[in-house]
Amino acid sequence: MAENNPLFEVEIITPDREFYHGQVSMIEFTTTEGQIGVYKNHIPLTTVLAPGVVTLTEEDGKREAAVHSGFAEILGDRVTMMAEIAEWPDEIDKNRAMKAEERARRRLEAMEADLDYKRAEIALRKALVRLDITER
Amino acid sequence: MASMRDIKRRKSSISSTQQITKAMKLVSTVKLQKAKSRAEETTPYFNHMYATVSSLLKRTGNIDHPYLNKREEGKKVIITVTSNRGLAGGYNSNIVKLITNSDIPKADAQIYAIGSKGEDGLKAKGYEIKESKPEIMEAPTYDDAREVCDSVLKAYEEGEVNEIYLAYTHFKNTVVHEPKLLKLLPVEIPEDDQQKEETPKSTALMNFEPNEEEALAMIIPKYVSSLVYGALVEAVASENGARMQAMDSATSNAEEMISDLTLKYNRARQGSITQELTEIIAGADALS
Repeated sequence: MAENNPLFEVEIITPDREFYHGQVSMIEFTTTEGQIGVYKNHIPLTTVLAPGVVTLTEEDGKREAAVHSGFAEILGDRVTMMAEIAEWPDEIDKNRAMKAEERARRRLEAMEADLDYKRAEIALRKALVRLDITER
Repeated sequence: MASMRDIKRRKSSISSTQQITKAMKLVSTVKLQKAKSRAEETTPYFNHMYATVSSLLKRTGNIDHPYLNKREEGKKVIITVTSNRGLAGGYNSNIVKLITNSDIPKADAQIYAIGSKGEDGLKAKGYEIKESKPEIMEAPTYDDAREVCDSVLKAYEEGEVNEIYLAYTHFKNTVVHEPKLLKLLPVEIPEDDQQKEETPKSTALMNFEPNEEEALAMIIPKYVSSLVYGALVEAVASENGARMQAMDSATSNAEEMISDLTLKYNRARQGSITQELTEIIAGADALS
């Protein structure tokens, strides 16, 4: 396996479209267990995604996207990400995300039933990821 | 023979109906094109999802998880995808027929109706309608599918429900749509060996994070929602396809009737002219 080509294939698929398909040298993303970075020839791994920023290091620079939930399948020479929601920074409505953040924080402070709490926490994390990526 | 005036009235009524069916056909053709391209965009997601879940299940064959275990007691939920509007040929009645002819006993079935036509049909047959969401069919989104799944899965986890089915119309191509009844849960492990041979190495070495059970618990609901979303999108395409066909045949039937009536009308006119002439000649004869 002495190859010099560090690139491998990445696919990000959402229910509505093929969000991204290209060659990258590294992909970084957030899983439920923490952040991971994947180079070529990673061990085969299926992992569950948490709301976070995906960084794709392409040959001619980095690209970032917000991915909210789903899972990723890592094989040696390709990574397939099945995301329920994925967005490029320019697709995010910043005002909406800010309002969502405020709403989620208020709900978290109210601390009602367990289910609402969990939901509000996820909503807050989504809003924070959206804001984070637009401000870079 | 009908009078000339009757025939004329009938003809104009048919031709205005024909105008409507023609317009409806055009509208559904445009909608079909849109729905078709949407259905095509969802297929890669669905195919990947299916491949991942089947490889996951093959590895975790003997795991003890509620999503995989069969239970005897409980209701059977049928998520029924039909349209809100009629005039689509047998589109809606085929789904109703599919459910009444299936081997799911009526007493155990709970209908989760998406689309009001199917709901009405099943209600008339005496099925229990658990929930009804006709508004989803206007413009199905993935969030709608997820909401439906969340509520059905909750009932499943609480033990009220032991099986979940999905009834929808599969969009094969523009002219062929077939009603389908699919079992969603408990997940049945697909037994096709072809896929196994294709990727033996990669699935054998696959690791799971956090672990297999938790990954399964996260992925299965997504699998179910992707199936439901796929069904919704395909059903929209099928509905418009079915309507397009129905309206096409209605338009050509109207054309046939119009040409038939035109012939009758001309004959009646000729008949009345002949009669008038005979009367005039008879009158002239009587005078001379």
